[in-house]
Amino acid sequence: MADGVKPRVKAPKSASAGEVVVLKTLISHNMESGQRKDKSGNPIPRSIINRFTCEFNGTPVIDVTMEPAISTNPYFEFEAKIPEGGNLKFTWYDDDGSVYEETKSIKVG
Amino acid sequence: MDFTRRETLALGAGAVALTVLPFRVNAAAEDAIAAFTGGAAVADGGVNLTAPEIAENGNTVPISVSAEGATAIMLLAAGNPTPGVATYNFGELAGSASASTRIRLAGTQDVVAIAKMADGSFAQARSTVKVTIGGCGG
Repeated sequence: MADGVKPRVKAPKSASAGEVVVLKTLISHNMESGQRKDKSGNPIPRSIINRFTCEFNGTPVIDVTMEPAISTNPYFEFEAKIPEGGNLKFTWYDDDGSVYEETKSIKVG
Repeated sequence: MDFTRRETLALGAGAVALTVLPFRVNAAAEDAIAAFTGGAAVADGGVNLTAPEIAENGNTVPISVSAEGATAIMLLAAGNPTPGVATYNFGELAGSASASTRIRLAGTQDVVAIAKMADGSFAQARSTVKVTIGGCGG
């Protein structure tokens, strides 16, 4: 599932130093659980995003281990503390080895 | 109604299987909890788990969880074929130990959140979600 994967992130463009901001992320992905069967009764192999991380200037914010019970198009909402201006880096790791990345810069002032 | 010896044995075996099966389902969740806590005692309270009482569609059930002072939170769906849902590890810059996501539930069941606190203790919260249409296909 390497095609049609599109990460989307909602983050504020600016914040005051030390402010806690809410981040919302969504990535389009089938998240095939491995439990379903196709028409002829064969199990469809598992294909999910198994890990999601968020870093701010290299410092970890959140690291999520995901299992097949996460819905299609995984959505996460969480909070981050912004001590200074910099970049938020979001990374998704696919079962097939693909890595999807998205970066958002936040200004402080 | 008379039972032959063979029928009686078959009935007995069926009854044993029925009592053992639900126990195994729970055991998978218990194993996952033990792996996360390392066998430590889990206290009640201190974790807020927000889940709908009734979910019409088990494919996307909105769940949010928060626990003040937690370093990690594990979410479990005890009645799913595999009980694990997600584990959040909060880093240095996490604004608060809280997160929301959408999960799949196979049927009506308990959703469990277990938080690992900064001092190494564990706390949990449970919430029962009624699911109208299960979300694991089949």
